[in-house]
Amino acid sequence: MAGIVSYGAWVPRFRLGKETAGWGMPIEKAVANYDEDSITMAVAAGMDCMTGFDRDAVDGLFFATTTSPYIEKQGAATVAAAVDLGKNIVTSDATNSLRASTLAMRSALDAIKAGSARQVMVTAADTRSGPPGSDLFQAAGDGAAALLFGDKGVIANVLGSHSISEEVIDLWRAEGDTQVRTWEDRFVYDTGYLKLLPEAVSGLMQKMKITPKDITKAAFYGPTARRHGEMARLLGLDPKTQVVNPLFDQMGNTGAAYALMLLIEALEEAKPGDKILLANYGDGADAFLLEVTSEITKLPPRRGLKGYLASKRILRNAGIAGTWKGARGGGLSGGPPSISARWRERDEIDRLHAGKCLSCGLIQFPQQRVCSRCHTKDQWETVRLSDKKGKIFTFSLDNVAGGIDIPLAITVINFDGGGRGIFMLTDREVEEVKCDAPIEMTFRKLRSSGGMHNYYWKPMPVRA
Amino acid sequence: MESIKDKVAIIGMGCSKFGERWDSDAQDLLVEACYEAFEDAGIESKDIQAAWFGTTGLATGQPLAHAIKTEYIPITRVENACATATDAMMNACHAVAAKVYDLVLVAGVEKLKDSGVGYLTGGGGQPSSQTGAPVPPPAQFALAANRYFHDYSLSYEEGKKILGMIDVKNHRNGALNPKAHFQREITLEQAINAPMMAFPLGLYDCCGVSDGSAAAIITRPELARNFRDDYILAKGFGLAVGGQQGMLRDYYDFTHFDETINAGRMAYEAAGIKNPRKEVSMAEVHDCFSITELIIYEDMQWSPRGRAKEDIESGFFTLEGGLPVNTDGGLKCFGHPIGASGIRMIYEMYLQLQGKAGPRQVKNPKFAVTHNLGGTPGSFTCAVSIWGCRD
Repeated sequence: MAGIVSYGAWVPRFRLGKETAGWGMPIEKAVANYDEDSITMAVAAGMDCMTGFDRDAVDGLFFATTTSPYIEKQGAATVAAAVDLGKNIVTSDATNSLRASTLAMRSALDAIKAGSARQVMVTAADTRSGPPGSDLFQAAGDGAAALLFGDKGVIANVLGSHSISEEVIDLWRAEGDTQVRTWEDRFVYDTGYLKLLPEAVSGLMQKMKITPKDITKAAFYGPTARRHGEMARLLGLDPKTQVVNPLFDQMGNTGAAYALMLLIEALEEAKPGDKILLANYGDGADAFLLEVTSEITKLPPRRGLKGYLASKRILRNAGIAGTWKGARGGGLSGGPPSISARWRERDEIDRLHAGKCLSCGLIQFPQQRVCSRCHTKDQWETVRLSDKKGKIFTFSLDNVAGGIDIPLAITVINFDGGGRGIFMLTDREVEEVKCDAPIEMTFRKLRSSGGMHNYYWKPMPVRA
Repeated sequence: MESIKDKVAIIGMGCSKFGERWDSDAQDLLVEACYEAFEDAGIESKDIQAAWFGTTGLATGQPLAHAIKTEYIPITRVENACATATDAMMNACHAVAAKVYDLVLVAGVEKLKDSGVGYLTGGGGQPSSQTGAPVPPPAQFALAANRYFHDYSLSYEEGKKILGMIDVKNHRNGALNPKAHFQREITLEQAINAPMMAFPLGLYDCCGVSDGSAAAIITRPELARNFRDDYILAKGFGLAVGGQQGMLRDYYDFTHFDETINAGRMAYEAAGIKNPRKEVSMAEVHDCFSITELIIYEDMQWSPRGRAKEDIESGFFTLEGGLPVNTDGGLKCFGHPIGASGIRMIYEMYLQLQGKAGPRQVKNPKFAVTHNLGGTPGSFTCAVSIWGCRD
């Protein structure tokens, strides 16, 4: 039976919180850094998902979002390259609806059941926002989820699903809109969310011949804490025992990624035999029934939602978050790349591939033609540096390099196992930048220029 | 292979005023420096048989021909980052030593102040993937400073103090030099507390940008006597070009520069110098940043490895010390018009060896060393030249 084989998540390090000047709310929300976007967060979740798994069996990658950095240019191709998946795979974007993630999940499951793919990864990420003072402005957070689907070593079987489609323009964005528009609240909730999601769940329960009391845990989309609580009652679930914490006070509503992130939260607490309800909303609704298997006890440890949620830094003031949202262009000056040069260097740039000399063993980044130490020509083995940890060998804190992350921390990184590179450090506090400080790598946007987004890897202090 | 020692002589030199020369373009600066050199040598531009032209901002040898109105002579334009001018001098000397030419001009110029930026930006305009980290020169050398402090257990205060002492020394020397861009002394407190450019390097740890030109007339020693008695002789050159070793080899330590070590050794060997600390009388080195000068002390074998601090604190490199360094104010105060700097360094050593350095005069100089370094820690081009008096 097809189901979930592995999962990964990403919650940005920085949070708005009680100590944040100018925030004024007793809740915490995740805020993407100036150099993060939906693509970079999807990559982070995808890397987390692949912990302990072989990339060779992944035959497809889907990228689901309502905040794609491009209107035309596939995000999934970028995500697949950065996660270092193979070439002979299917990559596809799912956009334009909060349900994009669960629709991508349906397609992934269908491909596996049809035998056209062994494993498919679904990544979902969003950086949504609403007008200041609106419900969405208060509730929205940034984050990403990744699920690897397959039919071997399944940790949670997908027993069945039900989907409905409804043409209702309750919330929408057109080209150029940065904030979600909505119709009147009462209409939006009465004819949209509060009507359609229960319909999909009801259809699922009829198919599966179950009732609400058969559900161990429910993970479902909710636009705000209040509406999410209302939905739990409408679905006939006990909010104290049968509903995963919707995390409105720790993370926020992460858009297309949200339902999958709550599903991951359920899986992190689950025991073999648990039945999990997953439901999502947007231009209709999807509902899935999953059953956790004993394989879940064998899943190699990963950070997941739990780990990234716990690793946090509270912003000093809310203005910083505003500046970051405004600087979604990456915050660095400089021109667009030479596309031919960037394409030629894609393995080094997107996959952070280094070369290990087969003659003397020295790992060199980027991979050379001739070894720097023993001068042997063209005898190399590829080494992936993106999932390696390392240390800051030396650094500088530059006040004149420009950009919005001042001082700009430049670090020479020595990777565990060998290899060295020079990168901009991100997610950092200036006091932490020292020789020998431990780091790990993260995929981020350097700048947007000429309508192109230029991504690369950066080290960041290890997220404990 | 033969040594260049005593095969080439400088018979005249010139140097423009360095600084913010808003009213002068590159041609004006070249005319200023070259005509001073012609006068010093007692020649005219038509006597020049070939020229080597050092500049990073201009292309071909034509700007030099245009400035001093040479008529279709061979001019080779040289670019090797900050080592440009020394490289130009070295190659010109090879041509003269080979007796291909008898009278050669070496000139360097840079017009940096039209860029509108007050500090070295590192430039670089080739089409690229644009994913390289932006590391302007202050940040590049901060990488060396931070690791040096770490490896030699210097606290921030201890490190800033010795860097500051280098800044104070160069400012004091520059204040004695009417051609320098900056002629103002500073205190150690000012150096230590200056605004931070790239931690731990502050404003006075970093050289600025200047306009300037410098020139030399060279010939063979047997012909030099016809022009003057106090010509100086080339004793040795070194040129060491790195190939990114420091970034590709994860065991490079960022506290020494192999290119300096190699170029220094080449030049010492050609000159027959076996104990640099004792035999070198004075030096002009590439103090683009204070930490650079500090590491040069060790790489050029004047201070023992890791112990430059002791020599700095004892004043060994001041005008009164055993090995005065940057007697004319260095890059920091004289200025750093890139294509001219190597020749400017030789200009000061020329004056010193002739006893014409006035208040900056070093007593009884025998061997004068110049050192230029272009690039970034991990991959440099380093050029060294050594000069001496005739016997």
